[in-house]
Amino acid sequence: MKNVIGREIPEYIEGVGKIDMFVGAWEKLKKGWMDEVTIPPPNKAKLPHQSKICKTLEEAIIKTSPKDGMTVSFHHHLRNGDNILVNSIEILAKMGIKNITLASSSLNEVHNPILKYLKDGTITKIWSSGIRGEIGKAISEGVLDLPVTIHSHGGRVRAIHTGKINVDLAIIAASAADNEGNATGCKGKSAFGSMGYASIDTRYAKQVIVVSDNIVDYPCIPISITQNFVDYVVKIDSIGDASKIATGSTRITKSPIDLRIAKLAANVIEHSGSFKNGFSFQVGAGGASLAVAKYIREKMKKAEIKGSFILGGVTSYGVDMLNEGLFNTIFDVQSFDAAVCSSLINNSNHIEIPAALYANPFNCGCMTNKLDIVVLGALEIDTNFNVNVITGSDGTIRGASGGHCDTASGATLTIVVCPSFRGRIPIVKKSIHTVVTPGESIDVLVTERGICVNPLKPELEENLIKAGLNVRKIEDLQEEIASIVGEVQEIEFTDKIVGLIEYRDGTIIDVIRQVKHHG
Amino acid sequence: MKKKRRTMLYIPGNNPAMLQQGGIYGADSLLLDLEDAVALNQKDAARILVRNMIQSIDYYNAEICVRVNHIDTPFGLEDLEEIVPLQPDAIRFPKTESVEELAKIIKIIEDIEDKHGLPHDKMTLHLMIETALGVQNVFDIAKFSKRVDAITIGGQDLTADMNIKSTKDGSGIDFARKMIVMAAKANKIDVIDTVFVDVNDEEGLRLETEYAKQIGFTGKAVINPRQIDIIHEVYMPTDQEIRKAYRIIKEFKKNKKLGIGVFAIDGKMIDAPIVTRATHVLELAQIDFNTI
Repeated sequence: MKNVIGREIPEYIEGVGKIDMFVGAWEKLKKGWMDEVTIPPPNKAKLPHQSKICKTLEEAIIKTSPKDGMTVSFHHHLRNGDNILVNSIEILAKMGIKNITLASSSLNEVHNPILKYLKDGTITKIWSSGIRGEIGKAISEGVLDLPVTIHSHGGRVRAIHTGKINVDLAIIAASAADNEGNATGCKGKSAFGSMGYASIDTRYAKQVIVVSDNIVDYPCIPISITQNFVDYVVKIDSIGDASKIATGSTRITKSPIDLRIAKLAANVIEHSGSFKNGFSFQVGAGGASLAVAKYIREKMKKAEIKGSFILGGVTSYGVDMLNEGLFNTIFDVQSFDAAVCSSLINNSNHIEIPAALYANPFNCGCMTNKLDIVVLGALEIDTNFNVNVITGSDGTIRGASGGHCDTASGATLTIVVCPSFRGRIPIVKKSIHTVVTPGESIDVLVTERGICVNPLKPELEENLIKAGLNVRKIEDLQEEIASIVGEVQEIEFTDKIVGLIEYRDGTIIDVIRQVKHHG
Repeated sequence: MKKKRRTMLYIPGNNPAMLQQGGIYGADSLLLDLEDAVALNQKDAARILVRNMIQSIDYYNAEICVRVNHIDTPFGLEDLEEIVPLQPDAIRFPKTESVEELAKIIKIIEDIEDKHGLPHDKMTLHLMIETALGVQNVFDIAKFSKRVDAITIGGQDLTADMNIKSTKDGSGIDFARKMIVMAAKANKIDVIDTVFVDVNDEEGLRLETEYAKQIGFTGKAVINPRQIDIIHEVYMPTDQEIRKAYRIIKEFKKNKKLGIGVFAIDGKMIDAPIVTRATHVLELAQIDFNTI
């Protein structure tokens, strides 16, 4: 059947069960409480002065008594520098554990080596906010029998609270930890900053292993992960390569097109009505997003505007704005470069927050609900403003939902920035492969060829037109792009569903189908 | 209203992606280049690509100007044969040195136009002055034909021709710059400054543009879209300048009706040159003189 935004989704999927259909961005939350049962975290005990230290990661994993069908979770704060996930899965595979559900907060190219464990039945199910690289490609081609579930950052917390993800073992990389398991990501040679995504795992997992290459004297301060949740502590040579967290994303782009888009987006913000003292702000790292921050910084200085807080993934650029007094506070769920660490330690207004506080929709107010302005990217956007950030132009999984739908839902002004086409592939289309964020929560699309305002926001459109900005209908923009790039051959899919796109409230907003092979 | 030529963005004629995106950056003019940006073995391909792009791409409101190769090269005539029938807004001609040469170029262009039944007054000519001889003859060149709508200085070639070092302060070509500006002003045509080659030096670009504006250039050639906004900012009159110009023109129109040529605002005399300058300010601010 078709859900409320017209996506064709089966009501029942074998191995998954009955599908809870997406009903609207805010529909399910309107009641004020949720019908889903909240799962209590496990009760545990440790005797006084009992050592948690294990000599190897293997020893620690053996102590947790791994079993077939277990769920193992990881965080992705080290992004492409992570050493822990692949090592852990290799250990479990060597022990002959099968049928693992992998619940990493995201999966990157660095995790490509686990592909063989998807093929041999070691891993049979995946929950994640993003899947990139060879794993995404293989899943799109049908390597797993069961569909993967793509959730948002806030949705992951909700899924753990409600028992949809039931973590048996959480393996948490920390750049510093003590022998009781108090841990941080802010210190040591592998410092990566906030541990916002790992927090929920430590509270809910039946067993928790903290892995660090930097065991410090008790107590490890600052404490992001507290000892009362940690079962075992392991020192290894290296948790990863912190230099690969950013992979260049914290530099302002020099691409003239990205800069053009960023400048237009900054103009949109300036004239939106939301650009005023006390406004809160979130942008991503890399591409046009960070460049928007550069222009907003200049505009804030010129107009003598002081913001309230910066939220989400934090770069050194955000830290600079905090230090310049342009914003009062940073709430940091994920640090995009190692330079952010010293600010987290030294500046009391730079605050590490857990993903639950950041974006979980099932509570009395996550911080994304307090956002005034967010700038997001897109792999595709349709003429109803629905956004795809998961599947690429070839139909394969290659992106991340991340906080996209969380922030779009919460922010007063949600701006999507993207080029209108890449190469000869249109980005603004009549229909897109996969919907991650519904159009009703997107306010403005900014491309190099013009600005499109969601018809749901007529006042905003009026403001931007009054300011002399190049506002045009999204249908006209789509047609212009089609006339430039010509007809693009549609990708063929089989009926097999390889991925479920979970909206932040747990309903299914879309499905991803297997890419059809020819010949 | 007169079209602004604050920025003229060079786009290599053999780069499809850049040709496709040329119109999005807000440059006043686009210079689709068949000359120096294109390698000798790609001249044919560039010519065809530029022809097709002019016919199919919406460059929004930008002026379209094609820089052809010199007619003394094996490519110049073919460029004109291909491009003139398309009637872009302008043809930019490199290394112009004498009126005899200019007469020859105009004859070729008009013969092509006649062959295709096209008028002689639609497409204009932009002439590049890039040699010492060109600088010496620039006054005659600028006034030679009504088709000449703008002249421009090619700094890199000029320093090479003069066998001097290209320096950041531009001292070696300063005299040439001023000669070219005077020739343009004397003939009421636009005059475009040379490119600023260090695309990462935003402050250097700003300073050079401010100097160019100060000595009379109406705009500057651009080699990277990132340079456009800086040049536009330099050329954009301030709010105070716009308000003052608006007031001057309003008073000028009122007094003109009464037959008064010279009048005062806030105790200061306003005469014809001040009115002319106010008109230029309003043009840059895109305020239509007739609406005041």
